[in-house]
Amino acid sequence: MASTTSTASLPSRLPPISPLSFTLIVAVGALFLASMGQVAPSPEKLAAGAPRMAELVGRMLPPNSDPAFLQRMGWRILETLQIALVGTVFGVIASLPMGWLAARGISPLGALRHLPRALISLFRTVPDLVWALLFVSTLGLGAVAGTMTIVVDTIGFCGRFFAEAMEEADKKPQEALHAIGANRVTVLCGAVLPDVMPTLINSSLFALEKAVRSSVVLGLVGAGGIGQELKVAFDLFQYRNASAIILAIFVIVLAMEFLTDRLRARFQ
Amino acid sequence: MEHVPVQKTDGPRPGGPLIAPLARAPAPSSGPPIIRTHGLAKTYPNGQAVFAGIELDIRANQRVALIGSNGAGKSTLLKCLIGLLPSTGGEIATLGERFTAMPGPAQMKRLRRQIGFVFQNHGLVGRQSVLTNVVQGKLGLPGSWRAWHQGIAPRAWREEAMQVLAEVRLADKAGARADQLSGGQAQRVAIARALIRRPRLLIADEPAASLDPAVGRDIMRIFSDLAGEHGITLVYTTHDMQHALDYSDRIVALKGGKVHFDRPTARVSRREMDGVFHG
Repeated sequence: MASTTSTASLPSRLPPISPLSFTLIVAVGALFLASMGQVAPSPEKLAAGAPRMAELVGRMLPPNSDPAFLQRMGWRILETLQIALVGTVFGVIASLPMGWLAARGISPLGALRHLPRALISLFRTVPDLVWALLFVSTLGLGAVAGTMTIVVDTIGFCGRFFAEAMEEADKKPQEALHAIGANRVTVLCGAVLPDVMPTLINSSLFALEKAVRSSVVLGLVGAGGIGQELKVAFDLFQYRNASAIILAIFVIVLAMEFLTDRLRARFQ
Repeated sequence: MEHVPVQKTDGPRPGGPLIAPLARAPAPSSGPPIIRTHGLAKTYPNGQAVFAGIELDIRANQRVALIGSNGAGKSTLLKCLIGLLPSTGGEIATLGERFTAMPGPAQMKRLRRQIGFVFQNHGLVGRQSVLTNVVQGKLGLPGSWRAWHQGIAPRAWREEAMQVLAEVRLADKAGARADQLSGGQAQRVAIARALIRRPRLLIADEPAASLDPAVGRDIMRIFSDLAGEHGITLVYTTHDMQHALDYSDRIVALKGGKVHFDRPTARVSRREMDGVFHG
């Protein structure tokens, strides 16, 4: 067999790395090590905290099953779900025009679409507890502040996904309708929304799931729901009440995840 | 010198060339003019010339096949003729609307109301029913906002949609989702969507290109028959020589950015057709 001589050199085992990438990796590694020394728990600290944790858990058990307390908790759970549901529905409805205005290639605003996009980013990046504090300050304590928080949080979440889904919608039906003179609104309703409907439904269900989790903790800052009951329980050292509430939260969130998973599978 | 009758026009554009009377192009048929061009040219922004000096005179009720190899500029020419793409030279008069480059907004509106479109990839909304897709053909016509879904469309439009679906032999699929149709069925729905507009001019860009030969012939036959029955002028692009020979009254061949020949189909030989694509 004739031997062949290759002029190509053997590629290195690892992909080449630029000096800039190498410097960045070293810098991030150094930052991590320095941070760990300041904020990561030491084994001694964890060992010292373990007995206190065991004691707290002991004081939490058994969870309070007093009928009067359970009834009060039930009403608070209902209020939590109401905040999540109403906030999500209003948020999803508001996200549709926001997503449309922000979507590249579809928005009637042209370059000005960056304004709704920036507003959506603002809603998304500010944490929900901060929005809750703002609404409690302006609307007062209670469920209305919680609902408004969920509305804003949902616009931040769904607005972005709706805009991205609309940008990725099949362009051919849109072009076909534009060609016969359909206006932007009819193209949106007739071609874009039907095409992206599964994504819209999926995102909305994720938003509902997220809203239930959020509405549970909004009560910690006075925005209604079961979180308010949890804060009172901890403030007054009623740990058996707290454990019952934590269990209830676990069941609600689990049930919501199960329900939304089933619905998502149905709309795939 | 024959002048195209000017029914309505937005007038010359500021800074644009004054429109000279259109020169007489080869006119193999009588009847009212539907599309006329004089010296039509198109050059892409990168300087690449697509075609130049195109002279066309397409008359009412003609079935015209625009043929040429890939990249010959058939689709670009088709889009320029109806104002979907701007031309870069010459003049166009389509359905009485005279323009250079692009029609004005009012002209565009009037043009769109008289034209039906069928695209190579049908452009149906997959997740909508066949009936909704056909009713959507009414969009762009006066008072058509209710056409985006058959559920809110007037009863008369729904009945009209069923009628055109029957004409393309798909009435039994009215309730089916468009993404469940075969390629040929989808293209028939696209034809029905174009027909519901009752257009004077039907434009089709490679309507049978993505279909198997038998289905492609079926689509071309439906096109040809329905255009004849409804008195619609049909202009389509194709790179299938047999389709052009079987389903047109006239063939316009593009080659090297020019009209290679433009004559009645009966006077076009197979050898001439071969010459368009080879050599």
